Amino acid sequence: MVQSPGHLDSVVGVDELLAGNNKARAQRKRSDRRRRDQRPRQGFFRTLVQVVGELLITAGVILLLFVVWELWWTNIEANTAQQNAVSQFAQEFQGPVTPPPPGGSTDFGPPKVMAVPDAPSTVFGVAYIPRFGKNYSRPLVEGVAQAQLDTLGLGRYESSTMPGGVGNFAIAGHRQTHGAVLDAIHTLVPGDKIYIQTKDGYYTYVFRNNQVVMPNRADVLLPVPTQPDAKPTERFLTMTSCNPRFGAEERIIAYSVLESWQPASAGPPAAIVAQVAANQKG
Amino acid sequence: MYGWIFRNLPGPLWFRIITSILFIAAAVLVLMQFVFPWLSQFNPLNDSTIGGGV
Repeated sequence: MVQSPGHLDSVVGVDELLAGNNKARAQRKRSDRRRRDQRPRQGFFRTLVQVVGELLITAGVILLLFVVWELWWTNIEANTAQQNAVSQFAQEFQGPVTPPPPGGSTDFGPPKVMAVPDAPSTVFGVAYIPRFGKNYSRPLVEGVAQAQLDTLGLGRYESSTMPGGVGNFAIAGHRQTHGAVLDAIHTLVPGDKIYIQTKDGYYTYVFRNNQVVMPNRADVLLPVPTQPDAKPTERFLTMTSCNPRFGAEERIIAYSVLESWQPASAGPPAAIVAQVAANQKG
Repeated sequence: MYGWIFRNLPGPLWFRIITSILFIAAAVLVLMQFVFPWLSQFNPLNDSTIGGGV
């Protein structure tokens, strides 16, 4: 803004204003210099303590950030990846998504067992567990390495059978973090249904019991769980996850037994019709 | 240390504040995208497999 000098003069006086300004500036400069002069006099030890202290605070903040990432962010990332995997599987799935008409035959003979996927990380099916939530559907993926469990949810132990096979179809999933796919594993009640969908059809397993074991108890994966010499006649589904919920000192195991199966052409079981259709829509 | 860095950033105060926020955001991004996923493999607390994952 340009003002006539005469006008300003009559109010405060330019000289006065400038003088005041200069004084303030000089003061600021002096205090700057004083601050700068003070620094080297702080002493080496004091500087060292200050730097170490700041680094320790930084380490603490980074650790807190890691906890936030592990408990919160990994779930967001994994849920997105798993939803994408489920909708991709559903879109490639051949078969009606309406339930079979009532009164039709429900005996489809012995369940068809699909071939073992060629490569790890192949998504070969989807698991529906209504006890874990009305919309619970998670991909079934080949392998239980970190690469599979950390992104795609429920991994199949390569030593176990495929869904519907005589013996033990065993899968692992995270209790917490990376989607927390088996967070509610302890809430299963005997009689709860676990639906497995593959390209061949739907396998309905019925939950029997939970067991808490030590992490080295690989015998829960045997064709007849925990019985090395028994000859398998039943079709088991075994799910393993960490126990307790935010730790890994033990493992929690959930055993289920195949109740029935129906081919893809017969449509999904009535209990999961809505969810199968929703997945196909994407 | 952080005080020294802040004092030695170029520009006026508002610019230095924006620069510091950008630096912090970049550090958090690098941690979340690269450091933590790598660190996660050493975390024994989320191993949900049994018998070493057969």
